[in-house]
Amino acid sequence: MNHSYFTPHENAVSITITGSGGSGAVTAGLVLLESVARAGLYGLMGRSVGPQIRGGESAAMVRFSSQPVDCPGDRFDLLVALDWRNVLRFVDEIPLDERSLIIADPAAGDAPEALTQSGAQLLTLPIKEIASGVKGGRINMVALGAVGAVCALPPDAMTESAAHTLAPKGDAVVAAATECILKGYDSVAEGRSFAAAPRPERARARWNISGNEASGLGALRGGVRFVAAYPITPATEILEWLAPRLEQLDGTLLQAEDELASVNMIIGASFGGVPALTTTSGPGLSLMMEGLGLAVASEIPAVVVNVMRGGPSTGIPTKSEQADLNIAIYGFHGDAPHLVLAPLSITDCIATTQWGVGLAERLQTVAIVLTDQSLGQARAVIDPPEMPLFTLSRQLADQPTDPYLRYRVTAEAVSPVTAPGTADGIYTGDGLEHNERGAPSSIAADHLAQLEKRQRKLEGFDYGKRWAEIEGEGDICLLTWGSSAGVVFEAANRLRAQGQTVRVLAVRLLAPLRTQILREAIGTAQRVLVVEQNHQAQFFHYLNAQQALPPSAESYARPGPLPIRPGEIVDLVQQGGDV
Amino acid sequence: MSTAQDRKNLKPKDYKSEIKPIWCPGCGHFSVLSAITKALAHLGLAKEQVALISGIGCSSRIPAYVDTYGFHGVHGRALAVASGLKAARPDLTVLTAGGDGDGFSIGGNHFLHACRRNMDLTYIAMDNEVYGMTKGQASPTTAPDWSHSKLTPHGTGIRRFQPAAIALASGASFIARGFSGDPSGLARLVVEAIQHPGFSFVHVLSPCPTFRPEQRAWKQQVHPCDLETTDNPIDAAHAIQSDDGRSLGIFYIESLPVWRSEKAAQRSLSRIEQEFLV
Ligand SMILES: Cc1ncc(C[n+]2csc(CCOP(=O)(O)OP(=O)(O)O)c2C)c(N)n1
Ligand code: SF4
Repeated sequence: MNHSYFTPHENAVSITITGSGGSGAVTAGLVLLESVARAGLYGLMGRSVGPQIRGGESAAMVRFSSQPVDCPGDRFDLLVALDWRNVLRFVDEIPLDERSLIIADPAAGDAPEALTQSGAQLLTLPIKEIASGVKGGRINMVALGAVGAVCALPPDAMTESAAHTLAPKGDAVVAAATECILKGYDSVAEGRSFAAAPRPERARARWNISGNEASGLGALRGGVRFVAAYPITPATEILEWLAPRLEQLDGTLLQAEDELASVNMIIGASFGGVPALTTTSGPGLSLMMEGLGLAVASEIPAVVVNVMRGGPSTGIPTKSEQADLNIAIYGFHGDAPHLVLAPLSITDCIATTQWGVGLAERLQTVAIVLTDQSLGQARAVIDPPEMPLFTLSRQLADQPTDPYLRYRVTAEAVSPVTAPGTADGIYTGDGLEHNERGAPSSIAADHLAQLEKRQRKLEGFDYGKRWAEIEGEGDICLLTWGSSAGVVFEAANRLRAQGQTVRVLAVRLLAPLRTQILREAIGTAQRVLVVEQNHQAQFFHYLNAQQALPPSAESYARPGPLPIRPGEIVDLVQQGGDV
Repeated sequence: MSTAQDRKNLKPKDYKSEIKPIWCPGCGHFSVLSAITKALAHLGLAKEQVALISGIGCSSRIPAYVDTYGFHGVHGRALAVASGLKAARPDLTVLTAGGDGDGFSIGGNHFLHACRRNMDLTYIAMDNEVYGMTKGQASPTTAPDWSHSKLTPHGTGIRRFQPAAIALASGASFIARGFSGDPSGLARLVVEAIQHPGFSFVHVLSPCPTFRPEQRAWKQQVHPCDLETTDNPIDAAHAIQSDDGRSLGIFYIESLPVWRSEKAAQRSLSRIEQEFLV
């Protein structure tokens, strides 16, 4: 990872803009995030929505800093309420305290006690009145201007961002938004801006990307040119982003009738020689398991990006949880070695998805990439990511040996594969156990040879350093995976600032686990704490089953829907070994 | 790559692989295999440009016995695999084959949607009105009063699935019925099915003498269908619905829009990536 996770607590500002359906809270959040980028800063925007399909209440949560931001903060500095309707639904998600500021319009009624009892200060502004003074004016843009003033963001950055974001709605909308932002900005008296807000820097090129877009981009960078699609929250945006871009890259997106079809469609396309991927979330992954086992057995590369949500069953579709690790690792019947990977941040969704595709292609196997709602549906302002130098692709045998042995046991355990159209490479791919020629076989020696080969090609591969992100040395080792990495890196930095020595181990390649190197990386740490967002401590138990942990290792596993916050980890470590 | 001249000289047996079928003596599936290889030889298709996709069942074993590319997947999903392959590799001739259990029970949903999607695929359903591979249970096409399975000793008591009618209602653009006891006639249907642009459904009566010995009488029961092939779905519906399920021929051919992968003005990936730049 080429950017540091170091995000000094004091140097980041957290803002939430809430409102009921149609109030434009999310639009304001999107413009705010882009403004942050134009001001030369970094930011992260999550959103929270009610259960309604359309028009429900929503909250945009933006955190920005002069350093990359990979997790939410502990608390909010600023809450802007466009109205108070249903805001209580978000109370758990927006911790406020006496240092927080609430901006609201008295015309919208009184702030609910559940919020004011935090001790937060109230700044009242005539938001509605200002908006009605502008032709076509909207309260969300007035509020946004006020946010800009409180956070000392340059007005130009805000109006340019609004112009860019709202351009599809026409010039009149852009002009009204600009005026509202400037008036909102001016409505905040001098001296009301946060003293510690990160100061705008010389603007540099930045990307504004969501985790789901990042996964889609990683797929394309990895060479994926066929995608089968069945919509499911919170993964659908990957498919929506990919659909038009595949058309521009001579690729194909095919909407399937269900996930049983989508997984088998990618197997078909991949059998045809075209790198293929599908995306889903928990319920869909459950349906795909039989098909993924087929891809493992027939050694057809197949990639699934599973954007995790609260489970089991339909669970909490719009909220994040890291609870699909067990199914991803153990969900197959039979002995079915495969890859499980997890991006550690929004930026990392790009490289890890690309890596997953490359490894699946190179090793003729299945890769399950586990992202989650907190990455997928969040947006970040990041440094433009470089194209990693992978040389991972399917090694097609253009001139196979005679006779062609599709499932030959080779030195590196990867068999020679052809694609239809190759004259001397005809074979039948099969999920039925087979011999080297590919003919069905239930002979013990054939079964053992193929099992052993499929295992060895994964175990023996050199995955390099990318299997995990390791930072720092110390007596305390914080072990984590996937999206929880951002929070753990930030907690570690705070602990270091307090004089603790901390090592962070954030695992990206979950299967096959690099057990030996992992043990070495844990080293002689006195305290090992395993952090993850699920109820059953799935990662902790997995590591124990692999005998990767010292006996004294502790688990910190907490389910969604509330995000794990860095302060939680800091407190745990400070409490001593009594978790 | 074989030349057109080489291919002209290919005989049906050249399209057979050296793997010996596991089927019981007298199984109808042998003749379906012959019909497919006859059709491929007739069309002179380059072996490497053909892929035969199946699911699981006795019938679904067929890809290994044909010397073209093949894929033997899981139970019920053959049409999904075939659709993905055809979408990604439109240059290939993609055939799908399997049993009535595979296609109409566990794979029923894919059957409906493959008909609707109208990709240029040929689907050969080898119907023996029983689950052969799992040793003789009722399938969706089994008559309601067939009581020879331990699972349904009183018969299923439920109406039979009507493959041709469902295919028509779901939007298939080519619907035919053949009989494995007439491999030449069946081969002609398969040739037409392959040549038809769009989804071609060939319903094949293919007896299972092991679990349905009474199907030996199918030879006497089959007959040509009375009506001419039509492109009118109402006439086709009438022919299919008034039929005894044993009539053979092509019921319906209509020229409907064939699914194709849409393409837009091409852009490079690095151009696409520019859109994230602020
Ligand atoms: C998911 C799954 N469920 C059940 C089976 C067991 N099974 C194998 S073949 C088959 C039915 C085969 O019947 P059919 O498709 O009509 O083909 P036939 O053997 O009669 O040719 C079943 C139920 C399986 N392989 N996979
Ligand atoms: S059980 Fe029936 S369908 Fe299966 S091979 Fe034997 S005769 Fe054919």
